[in-house]
Amino acid sequence: MPSGSNGVHRLSHGRALGLRTFILSIFCIGLMMIDLRGDMLRPARELLMSIAYPLQTVAATPASLLNWSDDSGRSRAELALENARLKRERLLSDARLQQLNAIAAENDRLRAMLDARPRVGADMRVAQIIDVDTDRYRHRVVLNKGANQEIATRQAIVDANGIVGQVIEVGPFSSNVMLISDPGHAIPVEVVRNGLRTVAFGAGEYDQLDVRYLPNNADVVVGDLLVTTSLGGDFPPGYPVAEITAVDIQPRQEFAKVTATPVAALTQIREVLVLASRQPITDTEDEDGQERE
Amino acid sequence: MAKKGSDRPSVLVLALLIALLLSAVPLSESLAPFRPDWVALVLLYMAIYTPNQWLMTSAFFCGLIMDALFATPLGQYSLALIIACYFPHKLHLRLMLVPIWQSTVSAVLYIATYQFVLFWVNGANNNDVGAGFYLWPIIGTVIVWPVLLVILDTARLGRRTKT
Repeated sequence: MPSGSNGVHRLSHGRALGLRTFILSIFCIGLMMIDLRGDMLRPARELLMSIAYPLQTVAATPASLLNWSDDSGRSRAELALENARLKRERLLSDARLQQLNAIAAENDRLRAMLDARPRVGADMRVAQIIDVDTDRYRHRVVLNKGANQEIATRQAIVDANGIVGQVIEVGPFSSNVMLISDPGHAIPVEVVRNGLRTVAFGAGEYDQLDVRYLPNNADVVVGDLLVTTSLGGDFPPGYPVAEITAVDIQPRQEFAKVTATPVAALTQIREVLVLASRQPITDTEDEDGQERE
Repeated sequence: MAKKGSDRPSVLVLALLIALLLSAVPLSESLAPFRPDWVALVLLYMAIYTPNQWLMTSAFFCGLIMDALFATPLGQYSLALIIACYFPHKLHLRLMLVPIWQSTVSAVLYIATYQFVLFWVNGANNNDVGAGFYLWPIIGTVIVWPVLLVILDTARLGRRTKT
């Protein structure tokens, strides 16, 4: 221990410290550059994420205990009420699903007539968001499933309402998701009303996306729904992303200033669906895939 | 300076672990910006009161774990911790003698350095947030540092050292 060391050590201390700081700093900068540019550090990242996972689990315990006590402390009447509401909703969505099956079959026939490739559907699995805070300057969440549950990078994350984000890093037991509101995120979208394609950028606010590159004369109005397109390849097409909240025409600028609000409740979600491997929707076993946990 | 024999290095390892935990514990949205940089503060304590050749290495590995926790590019938090630790480590002979309020001032400068490096790295890879945002953790630091100092001294030496 240097705390008990002699003067000789202390004399050499200053220079060694400077050198060590310098070398380690250069090493860190190198690590960052490699990490930002490629996939080479993935084994190291996986190892570190498996070290971090127990920490995250423990850190999330108070919050999950609170949730648990909240759930178990509720009265029978409340639970019965919720149960009734869920049953009602289930009935409604079942009814919608019946229609959807017919429409999907019809769509397949039409596409076959047009010689188009069948649309790809998605296999989903449920994951929970671990209640931990991540870097305060980014919009990231941690899922409790990782490579061991066949989660892979670039898979899309949705909740009941629409697109939440996409998986960016995968550890053995957990994975990191970048939300669509992250300042570093961009998602190709189209206006559902007229098929106008554009890109929605995260703005660093949970309730706002910037829709850039729309010319001033673009046919877009407040209330328009934006859905994913298959351009870009990361997101399956047709999932709702956001709703236009403001269209500010700027005559002096090339593009209008358009903002939208994500339809997914980004700050309230606890459970999400990971859209896993893709299969053609003609495969009628798709519903079995959806029920898989 | 720590008395030989009464020093318990395991306390510091435990403190680092707890600090890592605390930096991941969820806080409400209104409190989260003020969250003190726990790991950085424990490392500052180590830099001033128990400086040794393992400090920079510990900073490096803690930073890597934070990068995994926070999904930042590997090396970002390590770099910030290492650069911020350099000055307190170099000046530890002076810093360990100052009273608590002066040591809080140096903690503020230290956290400002740390946040500046994070700000710089975020800016360098186009992840901009307003600069004012980076100064909020300093408020948390001012509140927490004196308390942390007393707790760690008591845990490590069994009492607060006279300054």
